[in-house]
Amino acid sequence: MSYCKQEGKDRIIFVTKEDHEAPSNAELIADDPNDPYEEQGLILPNGDINWNCPCLGGMASGPCGSQFKEAFSCFHYSKEEVKGSECIDNFRNMQECMQRYPELYPQEEDKESSQAEASSSSVSAAPTEGSALPPETDSTPATSTSDSTSLIDNQTAS
Amino acid sequence: MLKCRTVWKKLAPLARASSTVCRQNVRRTGLTSSRIPACVPVAHMSTGPAGGGRENQLYILLVGAACVGGAIYTYRTVKGDSQRYQDRIEEISSRSYKRATAEPATPIQSEPSVILEPEPEAAPSLEPEAAPSLEPEAAPSLESEAAPSPEEPSPPAPDAEVAVPETTELPPADEPVVEASPEESAEPAAVPVVEEEPSPPSEPSPVELTELPPAPVVESEPAAAESPAAEPTEPQPEVVAQSAAEQTTTADEPVVEASPEESAEPAAVPVVEEEPSPPSEPSPFELTELPPAPVVESEPAAAESPAAEPTEPQPEVVAQSGGPAPDSLKVPSHTPYLLIGGGTASFAAARSIRARDPGAKVLIVTDESDPPYMRPPLSKELWFSDDPSVTETLRFKQWNGKERSIYFQPPSFYINAEELNGAENGGVAVLTGKKVVHMDVRGNKIKLDDDTEISYDKCLIATGGVPRNLQVIERAGEEVMKKTTLFRKIEDFKSLDKVSRNVKSITIIGGGFLGSELACALGRRSTEYDLEVVQMFPEKGNMGKVLPEYLSNWTTEKVKSEGVKVISEALVKSVVCKDDKLEIKLKDGRLVKTDHIVAAVGLEPNVDLAKSAGLEVDSDFGGFRVNAELQARSNIWVAGDAACFYDIRLGRRRVEHHDHAVVSGRLAGENMTGANKPYWHQSMFWSDLGPDVGYEAIGIVDSSLPTVGVFAKATAKDTPKAATEKSGTGIRSESETEDTATSPVASLTLAPTVEQHQDEYGKGVIFYLRDKVVVGIILWNVFNRMPIARKIIKDGEEHADLNEVAKLFNIHDD
Repeated sequence: MSYCKQEGKDRIIFVTKEDHEAPSNAELIADDPNDPYEEQGLILPNGDINWNCPCLGGMASGPCGSQFKEAFSCFHYSKEEVKGSECIDNFRNMQECMQRYPELYPQEEDKESSQAEASSSSVSAAPTEGSALPPETDSTPATSTSDSTSLIDNQTAS
Repeated sequence: MLKCRTVWKKLAPLARASSTVCRQNVRRTGLTSSRIPACVPVAHMSTGPAGGGRENQLYILLVGAACVGGAIYTYRTVKGDSQRYQDRIEEISSRSYKRATAEPATPIQSEPSVILEPEPEAAPSLEPEAAPSLEPEAAPSLESEAAPSPEEPSPPAPDAEVAVPETTELPPADEPVVEASPEESAEPAAVPVVEEEPSPPSEPSPVELTELPPAPVVESEPAAAESPAAEPTEPQPEVVAQSAAEQTTTADEPVVEASPEESAEPAAVPVVEEEPSPPSEPSPFELTELPPAPVVESEPAAAESPAAEPTEPQPEVVAQSGGPAPDSLKVPSHTPYLLIGGGTASFAAARSIRARDPGAKVLIVTDESDPPYMRPPLSKELWFSDDPSVTETLRFKQWNGKERSIYFQPPSFYINAEELNGAENGGVAVLTGKKVVHMDVRGNKIKLDDDTEISYDKCLIATGGVPRNLQVIERAGEEVMKKTTLFRKIEDFKSLDKVSRNVKSITIIGGGFLGSELACALGRRSTEYDLEVVQMFPEKGNMGKVLPEYLSNWTTEKVKSEGVKVISEALVKSVVCKDDKLEIKLKDGRLVKTDHIVAAVGLEPNVDLAKSAGLEVDSDFGGFRVNAELQARSNIWVAGDAACFYDIRLGRRRVEHHDHAVVSGRLAGENMTGANKPYWHQSMFWSDLGPDVGYEAIGIVDSSLPTVGVFAKATAKDTPKAATEKSGTGIRSESETEDTATSPVASLTLAPTVEQHQDEYGKGVIFYLRDKVVVGIILWNVFNRMPIARKIIKDGEEHADLNEVAKLFNIHDD
């Protein structure tokens, strides 16, 4: 059973698992998904890509940022049957650029490792916002074949 | 003077009167002296003005002294004025000279005075020419810097002033780079060579200008003009250059100075010809800085001299230095985005700007010698590393096994400062070891400690802060200060690591985040190195200002179990150094003997620029006062530890946490690129004190507020380590923000046994209330629930039953 004690101005409540089984009746205000103040996920409400999404890490801001943006935009807006099939050149450019900075964009076979620096920031910053996103970001580069996509995967995965 | 005169006028009659009376008295006395000298009253005590000879004399003396004083004053003033005038002119010349690029300028500059005086001859030739030509040239850029240089070469003392303004204006061919002009004038010799130069030999133009008043003509034929104008002498570029500039006429010295320049120029000239125009700009900068003008340097310089001038193809001439110029000086003179400070907030802003403004050119200026890095591992993960070379590599292992460096990006991410303006896709450049000492908001530019000026379009101030020190330690003297560490930067970490291996006892003063984390880190080492770790603070328990008392006490027990001797309610009264050991005396009489002190007593926000920039400083929280969008002025933003901002939900505050630096830096970067968003996404913070005490928190977490804590019993699964492994994120805080590394290292310790005795406060949620609204939440050993906490604070609602709110966190679940 839960019990309570008061130490001066501080109140302490101890609860058992059963105490917390009943759903909460605390009311939370509904969120407006288009609230401009809120941190946006990878895809903005108007459908554009949010290049400043923490989930992208430093991909859009590094030395190969412009190539990455081109490739990813092309992919994002691609309406082909095989999404992104017309973007091979863009991805190739991006890969070439990344190969010039092996320290920043490690070209490892092993997807998970060496992420550390590649995006520097790596990790999706937006946890909650991000929770909805990962599946999205994971799937988008799916068709891409270059290493870069694996990098993206790595980033979002971490 | 006038006063003197009036006074004299007033006193004169008196003096005369008194003297007359005096004389009369004397006569009378004389006449009567024979009879009764003593009869005549010697009215020397009288108060009247005509009182006696003595008074007269006094008057005369006073008046005389006043006059003499006045005369001396006048003389001094007049002399001083002219001297000051001279000095000012020289100063202007030398200043413009410095800025002017070419090295040749430097040598010339160094001799401004010398040149000025000794070269009267040179002056005439250069000056007159310079004067007329310069006027027409009055280049748009008018960089005063440029002006001085021309001045130098030709500054005859008297005309110096005249010449200076002229030279400044001179920018030979409408070059924005005025600096070039000075060079030009200096190097008449360059002129001939210039002709061949592909880039418009701006240099020559000035020279020419002097000769040929009509600017257009001059500019068009810089070469031609220059030769004739420049110099009286020469056909040979080299020789000419020298003589031209200095006007050889005279002094060997000036000539010598000029020569390096000149020679540089001529030599450079041929070289320049082959050089692409861009380098010219940078060279001036560099040249100026390097007085010795080796031929090599002169090349760039040469290119610059002509280049300096207008011709340069680069419009940004002014901006950059890059190019062949010698190292260090390559500082762009203009950058669209300037970030002052090279810490977390600055880096986050740089990333944000680059993401939103394609091809943005961002310049970070920092007085540290390292590129941007994250601070939390300096007091946590780095201490737990098994790698003996960790102080060099600065790499640490995160919980999930991934290793990373504390640097946000490896050096290859950044581009060189000098290449910034030329980079077609922009980039981020970091200028290390340079401190911004002055900020001119009106002129949109800053000045570095080496007198370089950089202008900007948008500026971010992210200067962070410096650790506070205890007054008793500051007053205790050099010996004590040598054994004290104020912990903040990488070098503090390196030095403390070294110290911890070599001493027997370390005392940490301060019971907040940094103090407690360091105490725990060092405490873990205490067993390996036979090191005594003491922590003392005025509060009752660790984190006394953050955690409610019961939790603070519980935490203190945890810290003690990490091997730390905790002395609470300790106020330091004095510190002395005795027999190479430090003796700390507390107010209550206790004495602590130790080898080294680490002071972790707070951070003083760095607002040095507030004065010169005219920015507001907050009196309650310290730091620069900015609005909810982190803006101080229309194109100045402040982020990170130094920003006292308005939080729409929680009111005005200043936050010194890592995640806040990331969030505010990112927001500032967004606003610098036009987002106009207020601070809305609440930042969080975390701390781990040992392997089984860890918490994440958000909002205002002040122990003076009333709190409501809801706890469940902790199981073995509720430790920070377990949390990270479980969520698979590896780094607890990475799930919240980027670049954060947390997670205490698994320390073998006694986790299981500890748990048993653990009080009831195994895991739970603590709400901090202000006027019945939740303004802060601590997630105690409960992880990956931060978004819910953030939501509750964002709503800002009054909840009747906080237990219901606590249910949202599912604290019993793992």
